[in-house]
Amino acid sequence: MATKDEKRFTVLDLLDLDLKEQNALNLRCIGGRKGLPRVITTPDLNRPGLALSGFYESFAWQRLQIFGRGENAYLKMLAEEGKTEVLEKLFTYPMPCCIFTHNLAPNREFFDSAEAADCPILQTDLSSSELSSRVLRVLSDIFSPQTTLHGVLVEVYGIGILLSGDSGVGKSETALELVERGHRLVADDVVEIRCVNGSILMGQGANKVIGHHMEIRGLGIINVTHLFGVGAIRDKKQIQLVCGLEEWDANKVYDRIGTEEMTTEILGVRVPKLEIPVKPGRNIPIIIETAAMNERLKKMGYHSAQEFNQNVLRWLESENARALYFNRDDYL
Amino acid sequence: MNEATVTIKNRAGIHARPAALIVQTASKYSSKIWLEKDSDRINAKSIMGIITLGASFGTPIRIISDGSDEEAATAAILALFESKFEED
Repeated sequence: MATKDEKRFTVLDLLDLDLKEQNALNLRCIGGRKGLPRVITTPDLNRPGLALSGFYESFAWQRLQIFGRGENAYLKMLAEEGKTEVLEKLFTYPMPCCIFTHNLAPNREFFDSAEAADCPILQTDLSSSELSSRVLRVLSDIFSPQTTLHGVLVEVYGIGILLSGDSGVGKSETALELVERGHRLVADDVVEIRCVNGSILMGQGANKVIGHHMEIRGLGIINVTHLFGVGAIRDKKQIQLVCGLEEWDANKVYDRIGTEEMTTEILGVRVPKLEIPVKPGRNIPIIIETAAMNERLKKMGYHSAQEFNQNVLRWLESENARALYFNRDDYL
Repeated sequence: MNEATVTIKNRAGIHARPAALIVQTASKYSSKIWLEKDSDRINAKSIMGIITLGASFGTPIRIISDGSDEEAATAAILALFESKFEED
């Protein structure tokens, strides 16, 4: 498992993010373009009100600076009073960018100072509070720990299953049959996994451009979206179960009962794991489907193997009691 | 564990054909083989993995193999890169 080093995330990357609906930031750059390669180092934002009024102690300049209606009105007042030294002081700090909400545009003086300092000015039509919650959500996603694993991620009956195993064991073929049976492909071969909120593992393809393609031995590379339709794919999915496919090993002991839960750890999160031996005559896709349904049943509070064993124990006990009763001396 | 670093010498970078060549070569060895670009590490026996690396002309790539025939494996992959995948 290769844990990725923290990648440099620039303001330009923030603008380039393909975010939809409730995550859209609607940002555009209205000035200081030269500063777009500035790196965002912390997933946080700051309202620079105190800094504007001249108090720079503990000024969190590393964060994204949000200018709302209040800050903009204050800037306007400063400009009217001709206090340009405030801006000069502000832009001595290498802030990643200044974001104006409510489609506000800063005054000329602010523009010029930002251009001179190569600090990007972004604008959005969202309100300050809405932008804050969205930015925090988006940045915490980006700054979350991530890793890339070799495997195939599919969604089966709503359960995100990561098929892992060595090359040539039949992961892609299994996924192909699952897709054929109406399930969904999330990523083939390279699965990028992020740990969101410290407990949820989100998996997705590493690259949008070449995503949802599969390599099947004998066929070559196929486009799953075109062949099976958009219903057969999904952009990302939480990983809820790991199925390790491996060549059948006659000397290995496989789980025959299933009362004990095996787990594996990805990015510090424990995920249930099954080891599924592969050999001719074993229909792996159907086993995976059953595993997915069994996992759903477990989530609903019904554990097949444990319940079965409880019943066996209860039955043995009642048989025992009957035998004791009938074998009593006074009965005879 | 055996390692080597190489830069991509063919103009087109690693597209489908070179990726297939790498996989064919890697699959001949029983060792585990990885390719690493920056901090991304992928299995060299997976075509989609190699293409996903997005390795273009001049990119440095680290070849890592681990197993009984690791030295031969690294050398064979290295030779492929050096021969520009029989392109250009």
